[in-house]
Amino acid sequence: MSEVLVLVDHVDGAVRKPTLELLTLAKRLGAPAAVFIGASPDDAVAQLKKYGAEKVYVVDDAETKGYLVAPKAEVLAQLVEKTSPAAVLVVSTAEGKEIAGRLAIKTGSGLITDAVEIDDDGTTTQSVFAGSYTVKAKVTTGTPIITVKPNSATPQEGEGKGEVEQFAATISDSAKKAKIVASQPRKSSGRPELTEAAIVVSGGRGTGGDFEPIEGFADSLGAAVGASRAAVDSGWIPHAFQIGQTGKTVSPQLYVANGISGAIQHRAGMQTSKTIVAVNKDDEAPIFELVDFGVVGDLKTVLPAATEEITKRKG
Amino acid sequence: MNIVVCVKYVPDATADRTFESDHTVDRQGVPGLLSELDEYAVEQALQLKEKREGEDVEITALCVGPASAEEAVRKALQMGADKGVLVADDAIAGSDAVGTSAVLAGAVQHIGGVDVIMCGMASTDGAMSVVPAMLAERLDLPQVTLASKVESQGDQFRIQRDGDTSTEVIGATAPLVLSVTDQSGEARYPSFKGIMAAKKKPLETWSLSDIGVDAGDLGLSAAWSEVADTEARPPRSQGEIVTDEDGSGAEALVGFLASKKFI
Ligand SMILES: Cc1cc2nc3c(=O)[nH]c(=O)nc-3n(C[C@H](O)[C@H](O)[C@H](O)COP(=O)(O)OP(=O)(O)OC[C@H]3O[C@@H](n4cnc5c(N)ncnc54)[C@H](O)[C@@H]3O)c2cc1C
Ligand SMILES: Cc1cc2nc3c(=O)[nH]c(=O)nc-3n(C[C@H](O)[C@H](O)[C@H](O)COP(=O)(O)OP(=O)(O)OC[C@H]3O[C@@H](n4cnc5c(N)ncnc54)[C@H](O)[C@@H]3O)c2cc1C
Repeated sequence: MSEVLVLVDHVDGAVRKPTLELLTLAKRLGAPAAVFIGASPDDAVAQLKKYGAEKVYVVDDAETKGYLVAPKAEVLAQLVEKTSPAAVLVVSTAEGKEIAGRLAIKTGSGLITDAVEIDDDGTTTQSVFAGSYTVKAKVTTGTPIITVKPNSATPQEGEGKGEVEQFAATISDSAKKAKIVASQPRKSSGRPELTEAAIVVSGGRGTGGDFEPIEGFADSLGAAVGASRAAVDSGWIPHAFQIGQTGKTVSPQLYVANGISGAIQHRAGMQTSKTIVAVNKDDEAPIFELVDFGVVGDLKTVLPAATEEITKRKG
Repeated sequence: MNIVVCVKYVPDATADRTFESDHTVDRQGVPGLLSELDEYAVEQALQLKEKREGEDVEITALCVGPASAEEAVRKALQMGADKGVLVADDAIAGSDAVGTSAVLAGAVQHIGGVDVIMCGMASTDGAMSVVPAMLAERLDLPQVTLASKVESQGDQFRIQRDGDTSTEVIGATAPLVLSVTDQSGEARYPSFKGIMAAKKKPLETWSLSDIGVDAGDLGLSAAWSEVADTEARPPRSQGEIVTDEDGSGAEALVGFLASKKFI
């Protein structure tokens, strides 16, 4: 059975959840082979194995660290050359998509981005035009290179062989032309990661700049906090929390939009959520066209009251 | 300094976008325009030029698209770009990202002596966010992409990139490929003067043979990926909407969440 290369998305060795989702999807196409670029792979290897990696290629990052994207694409290209995989799967982050784009050119392969599903025969499903269309597509030339959106599959445990193979890649000088001069890790809010969360509670211009009701409600549900661009542009919350076309795409079990009108660019980032709820004081707000449940009311009174009730119920 | 800004012509995102029977984007039924996110690229190119007062800086707006895409190039000229190039050829229709990046790279090479290739963060239709990285790969140039801030001195560029888990400063030397996000600064509106001036600016249309790119590698039939099906998502069935009166809204909301086992 051919290998399916899965590029591991991790922070200092801690594997992020979307990679486990990719391993689950990879099993449909062949034998999942994780590609770990970094130092201290031990914990990662154990976890990758637990979620079905038959093989883990460990690539020392001494030569890739400190540069943007290009060296990682070279590593993958060399592994594609070596293993002739059935496909290469990468998480649809900004970095992941750029790596995939370069890899497609390097290997003469077709590329599909932002897949939300992959069938056994390699047919992908994409959700396009702000979630208003579903597209089925397939790579027809070269090695299928597919980037997959977080939350597209439920990670399934299933022990793989987890055979570790050190891989020594050669990184060209030209891949080192864009240097990372400084890097500042983002402070953790202590809440779940936005793109991985099962529940997302977001606030827009209707918060008037006070995110306390949003955060309180989110915490009562164990949710991540998100925002519309209007809230970000007003400087109320950092851009990292923005949901939509030019922010993050989320696809949680539950999305609660508060004081958000539901512009097409916002929908682009949340329309595929399983259950959608909105609180808005305008009963004609377009967001209500999307909801499973809506409350026409002031978020400043509705949310604190709901938070109190939930906290009470949870005891 | 020679700057090329890549501008895409896209169907208006606020209209009802659809696909043709061959699964390519319907460009007839929906008004087209300059992809809004590429306005930020034009803006940053203009700011680069303004900061380099006294230097010879020329901005070329480059678009790959149908004849009607001239409108997008024209808008860039109205905003302040110096000249425009549209690569239009029936053979390009239906190209995937791999093909589109080949045409853009060919055009950049044909223009020659380009120092900065400026792109948007994503198109508003395909929204893949891969073309700038593909251009860097094809032209063997450094990529400094998804900039929320751009600084430069001579041929040295530094950008801020707000990544998924960290904020990074990336440095590289021109010639390079740059892309900017919508956090890089509001794009200007064309002024009346700009609109008038744009009428006299050069706008050329090139075919594939003009830039020496082989038509056989392009278009729908040569694409390296194939769309099998496009289907409108069924509208979400109208949910239950309640109006809050004296706390009834919160109660109903919690009731709904509990019924769905979120509590
Ligand atoms: C190229 C481009 C990219 C974009 N990308 C994004 C993106 O990624 N994400 C995004 O979100 N937007 C994006 N936008 C912006 C988008 O078009 C909207 O402007 C934005 O989503 C509006 O945010 P909002 O819903 O918070 O504000 P508004 O549209 O102003 O809506 C505020 C809502 O709050 C309600 N409200 C007010 N007070 C209260 C209250 N006390 N209680 C309850 N409800 C209240 C109002 O009734 C209204 O419906 C983009 C736009 C462009 C052009
Ligand atoms: C809904 C949809 C889904 C698609 N999915 C795929 C897919 O999975 N795989 C695939 O290979 N193709 C796909 N395509 C086709 C692909 O979008 C086009 O080939 C496109 O030209 C390149 O990708 P993009 O528009 O996403 O550009 P992006 O990579 O998002 O564009 C980034 C920047 O590149 C520049 N740029 C991009 N295109 C042009 C242009 N024509 N002229 C000038 N500058 C440009 C602009 O500066 C832009 O801001 C899809 C198209 C649509 C409409």
